[in-house]
Amino acid sequence: MPVVLENLGKRFGDGAPVLDDVNATIGKGEFVALLGASGCGKSTLLNIMAGLEVPTSGALEVPSDGAAFMFQDAALFPWLTARENIELALQLRGVGKAERRIKANELLELVHLAGAGDKRPHELSGGMRQRVALARSLAQDRQLLLMDEPFAALDAITRDLLHDELERIWKETGRTIVFVTHNVREAVRLGQRVLLLSSRPGRVVQEWNVTEEHRTDAGLAGQLTGVITARLREEIRRHAK
Amino acid sequence: MRNNSSPVADTPEATETPVSAGSTGGHNSAGSTGGHEETRKVHAALTRSSTGSADLRELESGLDSLQSDAVRKARVDWSRILLPVAAVVVLIIIWQAYVSLGLKRRDLVPGPLDVAGQFGTLWAEGALQEAVWTSLQRGLVGFLISVAIATPIGLLLAQVAPLRRAFGPLISGLQVLPSVAWVPAAIIWFGLTDATVYFVVFMGAIPSIINGLISGVDQIPPQYRSVGTVLGASRLQMAVQIVLPAALPGYLGGLKQGWAFSWRSLMAAEIIAVGGTIGFGLGSMLNQGRDLADMTIVMSAILLILAVGILIELLVFGPIEKRLLQRRGLLAGSTR
Repeated sequence: MPVVLENLGKRFGDGAPVLDDVNATIGKGEFVALLGASGCGKSTLLNIMAGLEVPTSGALEVPSDGAAFMFQDAALFPWLTARENIELALQLRGVGKAERRIKANELLELVHLAGAGDKRPHELSGGMRQRVALARSLAQDRQLLLMDEPFAALDAITRDLLHDELERIWKETGRTIVFVTHNVREAVRLGQRVLLLSSRPGRVVQEWNVTEEHRTDAGLAGQLTGVITARLREEIRRHAK
Repeated sequence: MRNNSSPVADTPEATETPVSAGSTGGHNSAGSTGGHEETRKVHAALTRSSTGSADLRELESGLDSLQSDAVRKARVDWSRILLPVAAVVVLIIIWQAYVSLGLKRRDLVPGPLDVAGQFGTLWAEGALQEAVWTSLQRGLVGFLISVAIATPIGLLLAQVAPLRRAFGPLISGLQVLPSVAWVPAAIIWFGLTDATVYFVVFMGAIPSIINGLISGVDQIPPQYRSVGTVLGASRLQMAVQIVLPAALPGYLGGLKQGWAFSWRSLMAAEIIAVGGTIGFGLGSMLNQGRDLADMTIVMSAILLILAVGILIELLVFGPIEKRLLQRRGLLAGSTR
């Protein structure tokens, strides 16, 4: 099991706990969607898995080589071209100069951006930037890929395409993916398993399996989306005063 | 069926597709808008929307070209050259007109032609070339050494919090202190030598370059560091490969100011410290004009000091800054 979370808790200073008693296991090669309303600590949980923050209680097991991370905005370095951004990730991993170039081109090809390698981030559209960011996180070559609402800022058309794209790349590379989102449809579209996180404190309250039938039968997928949405709204309603 | 229609239907961006049993919703965009009792409305994005890798590649490349700007061709913009030249010509005409009115004695306020004549004389003597060359050489050498000293110090202060807390206020104070204040001390320590001039230049340029670099580092979006951490950058790699390039626009601002301070400090030092082994620079020329009470020499020296400043900006900093900002997509909409 690449990721095991046991009774994980996190609070900032003396405030109320952001995460409380989070339990989950994520298998190798699995695609898990982490779903929750705003302020449920999804991003905090992801940051803890990435090692950017430390939990205040509980135990956590992640691959020893760490995780690749993809942010909500592409966070590409504006002084580097698309290819150089990917090469930097390879360089910081210790890949030699000649090999970097070849690998970066392969990754650009993988995200269908072979022709845009010499463009700078500001010359790319939002969707292209996210694909470069995806290629960069794949350049890290970690088994575990953490994604923090990577498509939230994109337009609907681009997002739909990137869902297909991500699914394809996941199947080609066999990565373990934890995908944080507040979008039920996105969670059902992408995840093999959807974990619903409650809000304040964040805790895994329910999970659903998404089968291959859901990928092709829109009716079935719609039904599941409805069930999950109802449960999510119930969770939100709890906070009404 | 209440369950699956309600969460989907009230989202404005949802593209609803009527789906009959067994069909794959994503591609079914036929215009039969509901009506049928068995039809369930489902969001198109719930299932795969492309038919395969080739189709996906084509769709993406279509979308990419729709969303990218067409490349605009850069043309030589003559107004960039003609407008500043016109501004100078207008100022000279005003100057000449004022002198022609004869309100002041001609030796106190010489006209453009008198100054141009003095320029010719100084050129023929070789004094003009010598002064410009001496000052420019000192200014550039002093500036470059300042950059070499200030950059590591600035990076260290920006990255190590206790150091910054300790020395930050002192450096800011040094930037405010006019570097001319160091001239007497420098003369006492180093005598009338080049060392005096360089010392004053360093004291002028180094604090402002350090401060420019620090403020450049302060303005880096925090996410760049997160990315660096996630990518596994060491402390040194973070400083050299992420922090320094990210801070470059602010650093360049510091360099510009550092150059301005070294040039000013140099002139001040040259005016005050004359003689000894200190050569003949533009400041010395200015001072000589005062001693001779020759306003045309004074004006010539002032204009030369100004001209060097403008040329360095136009030929060195301007193009570097423009290129730097353009590559990062930061120049759109500016009046540059």
